[in-house]
Amino acid sequence: MGDAGRIVVVGSGHAGFQVAASLRELGYVGPVALVGEEPRLPYERPPLSKSYISGDVADETLAFRAHSYYADNGVELFLGDPALEIDRAAGVVNLASGRGVPYDQLVLATGTRPRQLGVAGADLDGVVALRSAVDAADLRRRLESAASIVVVGGGFIGLEVAAVARRLGREVTVVEALPRLLARAVSGEVSEFYRDSHQAWGTEVQLGSAVEAIVGRDGRATAVLTTDGREIAADLVVVGIGVLPNDDLAKGSGLAVSDGVLVDEELRTSDPRISAIGDCARFPGSWSGRLERLESVQNAADQGRFVAKRLATGAEGPYRQTPWFWSDQGDLKLQIAGVTSGSDQVVLRGDPRSRSFSVFGFREGNLIGAESVNAPMDHLATRLLLGGTTPLSPEQAADPTVDLRELARGATKVAALTAEADS
Amino acid sequence: MSDSVPVTFVLADGERREVDAKVGESVMLAARSSDVPGIVATCGGSAMCATCHVYVAEPYAGGLPPVEPEEDGLLSFTVAERKANSRLSCQVVVTAELSGAEIHIPDAQV
Repeated sequence: MGDAGRIVVVGSGHAGFQVAASLRELGYVGPVALVGEEPRLPYERPPLSKSYISGDVADETLAFRAHSYYADNGVELFLGDPALEIDRAAGVVNLASGRGVPYDQLVLATGTRPRQLGVAGADLDGVVALRSAVDAADLRRRLESAASIVVVGGGFIGLEVAAVARRLGREVTVVEALPRLLARAVSGEVSEFYRDSHQAWGTEVQLGSAVEAIVGRDGRATAVLTTDGREIAADLVVVGIGVLPNDDLAKGSGLAVSDGVLVDEELRTSDPRISAIGDCARFPGSWSGRLERLESVQNAADQGRFVAKRLATGAEGPYRQTPWFWSDQGDLKLQIAGVTSGSDQVVLRGDPRSRSFSVFGFREGNLIGAESVNAPMDHLATRLLLGGTTPLSPEQAADPTVDLRELARGATKVAALTAEADS
Repeated sequence: MSDSVPVTFVLADGERREVDAKVGESVMLAARSSDVPGIVATCGGSAMCATCHVYVAEPYAGGLPPVEPEEDGLLSFTVAERKANSRLSCQVVVTAELSGAEIHIPDAQV
């Protein structure tokens, strides 16, 4: 068992919680502390834009673990006390309260914050963003009484909120500056399918249209003005235009940052005593060879486990995990395996009109990922294929008579045999 | 009718944890809210990750609703061996029939 001394984790989201939990699961006996800006015990974030705001999930089920877990497992909590600076020479994290938390190894899991809408009226009451449980509780309350909602930004958060709001019977308009929805994340085929679906649910979708200003009365938002000259009535404006990595703490202490905290393939920052993981970290993508930053639960949890293992056991080697992601909108479950944005060829499997299909992405003939809508078996098979050695050709991907699962099972067997041969 | 039923989780090292599981919630949430170790549940119950794998002891396993294709697919991702009574605990809803059930937690989820 490695002895990393006192391990301090800054950030109490998925990634930060995972480091602390995994360290103890791996039998790490040294002191572990978790520092968090939010006063609340670490909790699940995905339901906040889905089942939580619709009222289907109760507040008390969000926490990863009850309070007793942290005491029972010797995880010291510093919650509601933001980290202000890292004194690297002294090996101390200084908190807003004035407390200093000494570390031998530090893990930054500081996450992201919503990008602000820089237009007149963005500070009016009724203009909200969604990141934390506090934001979600506020949004849930506002959704109960709002009549007309404008969602600014056609990304995952915006569209998930739009789907819930529409299901609650509200008037909903989505305003997206780019010419298609989910433009950063999915293929044109899937973008188009989601536009059609939201429209079929009764949501108005305005593409290629940015927000000029938000107007209000008595300090409260009443309408959104768009750059193409429209005025859309809104007593609630939900801004979901992406997030920015919380890398100021790292930057302020002289660590290398560039739209995220820069880390090597073992997720170490430019200071070997400091690692960075999750949404805030920019790491070498094993699938692309480029520096990547992912905003997902999978990435947060897998990187948290990876760093915990390295610190607890001294394990060496690069971080390599197949990314996966999901989004629930209405009756549609979108699942993404791999990262499809670098595709030079996309192949459709199934028929979007059946509301169950996948788009497979290839680069130079090699499978790099798939976007599946209500097609969980395609998704799961893709994850197995991406992690294995059996190739999938574009022709096989498009052919519904090819059993992807059988092919994937073969991939797992080959991977297992290879591992055996290597050992 | 009682709103919760007793369920016993048997950890990989043989330790037994009896908890009150709320009828209507998932076995995964029942374990998590009682701090039963060994169930990871990375995705929080969205059927994405296969890290809440359990073995439901008979006769209870046979009385559960059958494994749906999605759960079946995810069960091919489990780290511990898949057995005939393997389930993803996020997909198993606590019912009165589960009262007294013994649910074994595998030695690894990730």
